[in-house]
Amino acid sequence: MLERGDSLGIIGETGSGKSTLASAIMRILPDNATVSGSISLDGIDILNMDKDEFRRNIRWKKISIIPQYSMNSFNPIKKVGEQLVNIILEHEPNTDVHSAVERVLKLFESLNLPPEVFQKYPEELSGGQRQRAVIASALLLNPELIIADEPTTALDVINQAIVISLIKSRIIDTGHSLIYISHDIAVVAGISKKIATMYAGEIMELGDSIRVFKNPLHPYTKGLLASVPDLRYGKIKRISYIPGDPPDMAMNFKGCPFAPRCNIAKDICRESKPELRVIEGRLVACHFADKEVIKNV
Amino acid sequence: MEINRGEIVGLIGESGSGKTTLGKAILRLVDIYKGDIYWDNVNVTRLRDGKLRTLRKDFQLIQQDPYGALDPRMTIYEILAEGLRLHKITKTEEEEKEEIYKILKVVKLTPPENFINKRPYELSGGQRQRVVVARALLLKPKFIVADEPISMLDASTRGQILEFILEDRQRRNTSYLFITHDISIASYVSDRIAVMYLGKIVEMGKPEEVISEPLHPYTQALLQAVPIPDPEVGVREPNIRGEIQSPVELPKGCAFYPRCPFAKDICKEREPELRKIKGDHYVACHLY
Repeated sequence: MLERGDSLGIIGETGSGKSTLASAIMRILPDNATVSGSISLDGIDILNMDKDEFRRNIRWKKISIIPQYSMNSFNPIKKVGEQLVNIILEHEPNTDVHSAVERVLKLFESLNLPPEVFQKYPEELSGGQRQRAVIASALLLNPELIIADEPTTALDVINQAIVISLIKSRIIDTGHSLIYISHDIAVVAGISKKIATMYAGEIMELGDSIRVFKNPLHPYTKGLLASVPDLRYGKIKRISYIPGDPPDMAMNFKGCPFAPRCNIAKDICRESKPELRVIEGRLVACHFADKEVIKNV
Repeated sequence: MEINRGEIVGLIGESGSGKTTLGKAILRLVDIYKGDIYWDNVNVTRLRDGKLRTLRKDFQLIQQDPYGALDPRMTIYEILAEGLRLHKITKTEEEEKEEIYKILKVVKLTPPENFINKRPYELSGGQRQRVVVARALLLKPKFIVADEPISMLDASTRGQILEFILEDRQRRNTSYLFITHDISIASYVSDRIAVMYLGKIVEMGKPEEVISEPLHPYTQALLQAVPIPDPEVGVREPNIRGEIQSPVELPKGCAFYPRCPFAKDICKEREPELRKIKGDHYVACHLY
């Protein structure tokens, strides 16, 4: 569950299902997808809502997404400003063009985009500018929840830091809720109050970031955190790894999907899939998570 | 720039910094217009064909893309055998098979029988990259250029490739040029690091020194920008202006001038030289 103003970081690798989750929330999965379970926003079931109603009232207005490779999601033959103004006019038909333009320019200012960007074509912008223009599009209708799916892929380290800093100051600090999806654990750490690790389409652990980082309970989370370099420790922190490879999602498996790579897996793990349960104030899907708590005390 | 026997030098730079080009130039995979390259004191800058080929087995490449680096129509065995046969390293088929099995065990693609007849598309990205590493190590080279060898791999599998590189250096005293945009990885694996910006090395030294006392404003901005995997550290904004320019039309003077928060007039006029500041720590900047 995500509360208003919360920022949730979802960490996952190839095949984790993190982007699929984002698409499911935005209801942009392909037609042959089967969806089960429920998604509610403010108590309203948005998963089973009528498609048109979702498009009119939810998408862009209540929930917006900064999709993966979003730098390429602009229409290349229309100017950036025009595309953003059109988003406003389509969803708020009573707005006049003049105020829509004003709103776009104000948003540009808050994102350190020079006003000239309004008249430019997408490919005339630098990568960093294009990504900030995409963030502008996600903020336009002031949605309650913004989903950012790998928003800094293809940006260099410096532009990534600038964009993340803006996401923090213009999305989180202004009271929006954020779901930030990434494979980059360090990036997610800086920006999320809560984090979730996903593996083979399931949530393995979900809880307060500081506590999960200090004391991971799920073996996958532990393995992941141990495999990330930390500039502060140089060669002192050994970069380890989880043997094996992320799962082939075309196969069905019995039991815990992480069992083949888990160093504490027992027979029960291969037989029955562990449910997400509450341990130490967070959610963990592992048969042995409470033993981890006792060990770490 | 020098790379000594058994040394791992990390070359850090963004896209367009010239790091891949430098790596390829050292291996004579691109033509060189100015400057010289020496392998073991032999000037190889303009060597050709047969003479170059004889030296080539000592100087290998690990590329970043495990999908593009392997011929999709060859089996893993054939891919690995190709180099052995080209440089006539093994004399018999049994010897060849033995070497290939040995290297597959080194990169933990075991049992080898499960992999030798497969084609690249049947392996995962991580497994393919291990084949790329195996191929480079098989010829027992003196020097390897590893160009972003782990960038395309899942985070949880990267450490394994780093281990292969560190073990190989330990065992055979191989030298490495480890090219990456990731300064955290570079400082973990390297004995010395060099930071590149728009085709120039702007700072060089031991990772501990460069990171604790970054001299060049670009290195400083880079270190401010690197995300730290700790929620208590949060997000930091780098002290830098503007956007990176195109490397095609660089003005005279320091290439970093337009973005530098400490730029002075001289920076616009004269390109700073890479100079030794203390010990092994070099920087190309008029501030010093």
